[in-house]
Amino acid sequence: MSVDVAIRKDLRADDRHFRLDVAFATDHRRIVLFGPSGAGKSLTLRAMAGLLSPDAGHVRVDGRTLFDRDAGIDLRARARDVAYVFQDYALFPHLTVAQNIAFGLHRGWLNPRRGHRDARVRHWIDTFELAGVAGSVASRISGGQRQRVALARALVAEPRLVLLDEPFAALDPALRGRMRAELLALQARLDLQLLVITHDPADVDALDGHTIELREGRVA
Amino acid sequence: MDDVWIPLALTLKVAAWATAINLVLGVAVAFGLARWRSPAREVVDSILTLPLVLPPTVLGYYLLVLLGRRGVFGAWLDRLGIELVFTWQGAVIASTLVAFPLVQKAARAAFEAVDPQLEDAARVLGLREAAVFFRVSLPLAARGITAGALLAFARALGEFGATLMIAGNLPGRTQTLSVAIYAAVQAGDDRTAGLMVAVVSVTCVVALLLAGWLAPGRVRRVRA
Repeated sequence: MSVDVAIRKDLRADDRHFRLDVAFATDHRRIVLFGPSGAGKSLTLRAMAGLLSPDAGHVRVDGRTLFDRDAGIDLRARARDVAYVFQDYALFPHLTVAQNIAFGLHRGWLNPRRGHRDARVRHWIDTFELAGVAGSVASRISGGQRQRVALARALVAEPRLVLLDEPFAALDPALRGRMRAELLALQARLDLQLLVITHDPADVDALDGHTIELREGRVA
Repeated sequence: MDDVWIPLALTLKVAAWATAINLVLGVAVAFGLARWRSPAREVVDSILTLPLVLPPTVLGYYLLVLLGRRGVFGAWLDRLGIELVFTWQGAVIASTLVAFPLVQKAARAAFEAVDPQLEDAARVLGLREAAVFFRVSLPLAARGITAGALLAFARALGEFGATLMIAGNLPGRTQTLSVAIYAAVQAGDDRTAGLMVAVVSVTCVVALLLAGWLAPGRVRRVRA
């Protein structure tokens, strides 16, 4: 099984209580977590990325254990080799497009310099046709370009698994179709392991993967 | 003219040191408070804000009690051969204390305005917490922190009460501009006093204009 997840987490805010209790295992290269907002899709993604520590269970990717409460394993987000494309892309507003893409390649205390162009960064700038905006600040580019930058930033370090949180929700309908096709083509070409969460049935149809439906914190 | 330039140079030196120390101390404390999830957080914040509301002479008295030769830390420093009372370093400590809340409050607000998702994005991209701080949190909070530091610099330039209590009024050694103004007025030297008042006023107005220009609110309006 390439992705094997079984997690439980109790969350309390004020007097409300939410229990996330999700388990699924699949070796499909395109996994879709589908469900309405508030179903626990993003929480599941955060737990897989190491941004949220579950109370119990395990997370395994390609046989590598990222989290196992019983065995006392809880790898830090930085050590999981999992990429995360956030819903509104979370591009660094103080950095250029090229600096955003190069961000994870240098792990020291300084950001990549503006003029710096790693071959891997150049490759993704060319692949996603971002050459015209490579020197622009991330806040000055269009929605489709932003998504491409977020994808490039996630893929440049060649992660084992790419988590995408509602990757098409912020795009207008025309662009949405194009970006879906683009993501599918990329997935097929690089044989990427994707896990996409969405509330949109059209995404489920287009991605045509192993779909897991979530409702109120559980697999429906 | 030495009547003006010597205290001016000393004042700038003291204010620069106080601002530099607060940039490290105030920013570190602010970052800790912005991230600390505890009910005690606001209590600590209130205590750290005290220098803003307490009379500077009270702060100066506390410093004397702590750092004086028979004080808690003073006795210990004395054995190490470090003397703070009646020195310009003492004036730096007074100015640092008085201006501390200005940097701390501005920096905390700036850190709390940083989208936590950007810090998460940096973690997922492989960065350690220190690298997340220096590459994401600090650059995004830099404008707010700079605005706070300019306010602190202006406040340190005008520091009088606590400085007089701990550093005294030794011309050429601990006599800062605001203390020198007081001394000049007492001596009836209105010309020197007027000149120094003008210098302090202009410097503070410039610092406030810069701080206002850098304030986060304005940045958002410009970008929107």
